[in-house]
Amino acid sequence: MSVIEARNVGLTFATSDGPVHALKDVTLSIGKGEFVSFIGPSGCGKTTFLRAIAALEHPTEGSLTVNGMSPDAARQARAYGYVFQAAGLYPWRTIAGNVRLPLEIMGFSKAEQAERVERVLALVDLEGFGKKFPWQLSGGMQQRASIARALAFDADILLMDEPFGALDEIVRDRLNEELLALWARTGKTIGFVTHSIPEAVYLSTKIVVMSPRPGRITDVIDSPLPRERPLEIRDTPEFIAIAHRVREGLRAGHGYEV
Amino acid sequence: MRFRRAVLPILTVVAAILALWYAGAVLMNAQWARDQAARAGVEIGFTEIVRDTMSQERPVLPAPHQVAAEFGKTVFGTKITSKRSLVWHGWVTLSATAVGFALGSAAGILLAIGIVHSRAMDLSVMPWAIASQTIPILAIAPMVIVVLSSMGVTGLLPKAIISAWLSFFPVVVGMVKGLRAPDAMQLDQLRTWGASRAQTFWKLRLPASMPYLFASLKVSVAASLVGAIVGELPAGATAGLGARLLSGSYYGQTVMIWAALFGAAVLAAALVGLIAAIERVVLRRMGMAR
Repeated sequence: MSVIEARNVGLTFATSDGPVHALKDVTLSIGKGEFVSFIGPSGCGKTTFLRAIAALEHPTEGSLTVNGMSPDAARQARAYGYVFQAAGLYPWRTIAGNVRLPLEIMGFSKAEQAERVERVLALVDLEGFGKKFPWQLSGGMQQRASIARALAFDADILLMDEPFGALDEIVRDRLNEELLALWARTGKTIGFVTHSIPEAVYLSTKIVVMSPRPGRITDVIDSPLPRERPLEIRDTPEFIAIAHRVREGLRAGHGYEV
Repeated sequence: MRFRRAVLPILTVVAAILALWYAGAVLMNAQWARDQAARAGVEIGFTEIVRDTMSQERPVLPAPHQVAAEFGKTVFGTKITSKRSLVWHGWVTLSATAVGFALGSAAGILLAIGIVHSRAMDLSVMPWAIASQTIPILAIAPMVIVVLSSMGVTGLLPKAIISAWLSFFPVVVGMVKGLRAPDAMQLDQLRTWGASRAQTFWKLRLPASMPYLFASLKVSVAASLVGAIVGELPAGATAGLGARLLSGSYYGQTVMIWAALFGAAVLAAALVGLIAAIERVVLRRMGMAR
């Protein structure tokens, strides 16, 4: 059964230079427990599509449902957690305080807040860091805390907008591994925006290749890779074949450059 | 160690100011000394002129030690309940400053909250706030005092209102900036959790504005003091640092004026220092200390 269902979704921004077609004719179905990456050059609408799922933008054409509801209703039902490119932790709150923030807003009881904070901090390997302030943690640890924050209220869907884009390669590899482990443990449905081909291929069960002007889907690749993926899988011929297909898709979408 | 490293530069600057001040006193007071000598029909040399300029009763520019002596006498050498005590006058001004600062900062914070949350206020309040600051406070002060006294309000409150008039403005400007400090990403983040405007305000905007608030409070507390002093001038008040300045200028008591000015400066430094201390404690508690 599909969790996110987009049919002919179009999204046009009115700007002073005339309308900008951020998305056009996007049709996609994401099933429960899938790990879907959106990849494409900047301006291809991958982030806009993720934001539309989160009801941060509203499609001007077509239909988009999340758990069978409108995105706004899905937000009210706490269907998703959203992780931004920057960790965006509040410097005046401890790590535990930051993870607790959505729980406070949603009105969980004090006891439940404490219990959940502890549980999700353990889930991202940050036990014992609850009392630290954000500046006392490395960038990678801060981003893990922000993932914990998105997990704290038990949403089934995790939307991630280039969450590791600002981190260096080594930290990024480790977090990718940990994210896969987390996904295996929790069975969440994950939407992941990236512009790194290896990252997309390594993580995803489904890779959505997009191209700009107007933002549209040019290829959807169902990954044949097994769910259990050690980092070494990146040197296998299957992996390289998928990466090649993604690259071809990106090139075809561009057409006029590169 | 940090303290000791700071002492030498500070002393150097103080010494330079004192040297300039003494030189100025000699130059500006010399004319009087020469006139007096001419009237008495005697020739005086350079050393006599210098000696005279250091101890005139109503010098154009009093020498530092004269101001220091007057300051010491009126601060430490007089009972603080006496009307001759600078401490007593300072206290009168300080109480008006404190009330004015409280009124002004509260008004500034409330206006900033309104500006950030209401489009109508965003477009309408700022021009008025700016206009209020372009009118010379010296023109407004007598009107405030006259109007309020016709309504039977006298004493501390009119002065406090003039003080608030000057002090709300930096708080409005700083707090609007501070409450708008959170970026689009942080605001989107709260939207994904379905946070209300009130929650956005208490959880994000207000804490994020604290460094801005304290920066503007420091400007505002000094402005409050100026406002309170100015508020003491038009009513011909008999109490307060402003009254001290006024009577000093009536009677040509330049030494008294300078001592009162130093009193005001010490008070302002103490007030700004107090705000800075509170800032340190609050920001450290919030984990935001630099």
